[in-house]
Amino acid sequence: MRGFRTVSRYFRDALHGVFRNFSLSLASILCITITLLVVAVSLILSSNVEHFSDSIRKDVTVVVFLKNDTTSEEVEKIKSELISIENIERSSIEFKSKTDSAQELKEGNDIFSATVDTWTDDTNPLLDSYMFKVKDIEKIDDTVKQVKELSLAKDKINNINYGEDIVHQLIIVFNTVEKVCVAAVIALILVTSFLIANTIKLAIYSRKREIEIMRLVGASNMSIKIPFVLEGLFIGILGSIVPILVTVFGYGSLFDFFNGKLFGSSLAMLVEPMPFVYEISSILIVIGIVVGMIGSYFAVRKHLKI
Amino acid sequence: MELIRVSDVQKTYKTGTVALYDFNLSIKKGEFVFVIGASGSGKSTLIKMLYREEKPDKGSIIIGGINVAKLKNRKVYVLRRKLGVVFQDFKLLPKLTVYENVAFAMEVLGYDKRDIYKRVMEVLSLVGLKNKVRQFPDQLSGGEQQRVVIARAIVNKPKLLICDEPTGNLDPDTSMEIMKVLDEINAMGTTVIMATHDRDIVDKMKKRVILLDSGRLAKDIEKGSYCNERF
Repeated sequence: MRGFRTVSRYFRDALHGVFRNFSLSLASILCITITLLVVAVSLILSSNVEHFSDSIRKDVTVVVFLKNDTTSEEVEKIKSELISIENIERSSIEFKSKTDSAQELKEGNDIFSATVDTWTDDTNPLLDSYMFKVKDIEKIDDTVKQVKELSLAKDKINNINYGEDIVHQLIIVFNTVEKVCVAAVIALILVTSFLIANTIKLAIYSRKREIEIMRLVGASNMSIKIPFVLEGLFIGILGSIVPILVTVFGYGSLFDFFNGKLFGSSLAMLVEPMPFVYEISSILIVIGIVVGMIGSYFAVRKHLKI
Repeated sequence: MELIRVSDVQKTYKTGTVALYDFNLSIKKGEFVFVIGASGSGKSTLIKMLYREEKPDKGSIIIGGINVAKLKNRKVYVLRRKLGVVFQDFKLLPKLTVYENVAFAMEVLGYDKRDIYKRVMEVLSLVGLKNKVRQFPDQLSGGEQQRVVIARAIVNKPKLLICDEPTGNLDPDTSMEIMKVLDEINAMGTTVIMATHDRDIVDKMKKRVILLDSGRLAKDIEKGSYCNERF
C-alpha cells in the first residue's frame, strides 16, 4: 500500500513539475518537437534514397547469349544449371528465343521492322538468350564467372552482357550514398540528443534550489531523481507527438500526391507508408523518451552534491 | 545524554585555508548553544559539517549515532531527517505558498496528506503564521519568512535544529521575536545550535556560548555572554 502510494506520488510530482514550471517544460517540449521533426525528415529522406538505390540495384539484368547450335533440351538443362547458382534470383530467370527478340525489335522500331521481316529462322542474326537478376549485386562478377564455368553452359554460351562498367560505378556510388545517409542520420540524432539534453539541463538548473531544499529536508537521492526522470519521460512523449503526426499524415499524403513514385518513373518508387511511418514514429518516440529521461537523470544528479 | 560529539576534527579548504584545527566539542540533548567568532574563525565550517554540507579531512563527528564524517553522499538523507536547518538567506521556494513550503518537507518523506495538513497547521501556529498560510514568500516580511523557514525545519520533529545566522538579515526587534520562537522550540526538547554575530541576542539569552578563534575552540562558557570577549 505504501509502495503504491509512493509510486503514485512520483507520477503526481512529475506531472506537477511539468505544469508548475510550464514555460520551462514548454521550452524543452518545443526543443524536442523541432529537433525530432528534422530527424523525421532526414530519416524519411535517407530511407527513400536507400529504397531507390535498392530498386535500381535489383533491376540490373544479366543477359546470357547462347550459341546458335544449342538444342531445345540443352536450353532446358541450362536453366536447371542456372537455378543451382545461389546468387541468381530464381523467379527472374527468363528465356527469350531469337524469334521473340526479333519480334520485339520489329515492334519497337519502324525502320527495323522492314528489315526484320526479311529474316527467316535461319537468317535471323539474333541469338537465344537467358536473362536473370541477382540477389546481391556486389557478387555479380563472381556469379557471372560461375555461369561461364557451368559444365554444359560453358560450351554453349556465346557471351554474357550485364553492362559491367556501369554496374561497377553504380555499386560504388550507391555504397557511398548509403554511408553518407547513415552517417548524416546518426550525426543528426547525436546533435538532437545533445540539444535536448542541454535544454533539459538548463530547465533543471533553474530548479536547483528546489533540489537543494529537497536534499536539506531529508529526501533520498532516489526520491528526488525519480520525479525528474518521469518528468523527462512526459516531456519526451509530449515532444514527439507533433513529429509523429507529421510523419504519419504528412508522409501518407505525400505518397498519395506523388502516386508512389517520383518523376513518374517506376525506378524512383517511394517507400510504402505502411508500416514505414510507424517504424519512423517508434524511432522518434524512443529518441524523445530516452533522451528526455537520461538528460533529466544527469541534470539532476549534478545538483545532488550539497 | 550526549547528542553531538566532535573529535579531533580538521578541515583545510582547497585554497589552503585551515578552517578548523584539532577541534573537539560535545553537546548534550536539549541544550541551546551559541557558536560565535569573527568572520573566518571557522564557525560556518563547523555548522556546515553538522548537516554534512562539508566533510572533515580528519576526525569524527557523531550525531545521534551517525558518523557524519564517513556518511556517503547517497546516505546523507538519513542524517538530514534527524535535524532541521535554518539559513540566513531563508531558502524558501518562491512559487510555493507558506503552507506548501512547509508541507514540502513532509511530502518528500512521503507522509499522508491528512497528517501533513494537521502537522503543518500545528507548526505554523507555533511560529505565529497561522493567518498567512496562503501567502507567497515575497508577500512576507523578513521576520515572517524566517519563521516559515523555522516551521519547515521543525515540521518533521527533528532532535536537532541547526541555525546559521538566522537573524543576520533582520532588525533587532524582529530578531528577538525569532529568538523567542527558537527558545520555545528548545523548551519542547529540541537541541538548538545557532551561529551568530549578534551581541545583544547572546547577552540576553544567557545560554552556553562557544567561541571560535582561527579554527580552534577558544572558550566554552555556560550561560556566557558576548561582552567579556574581545575580537
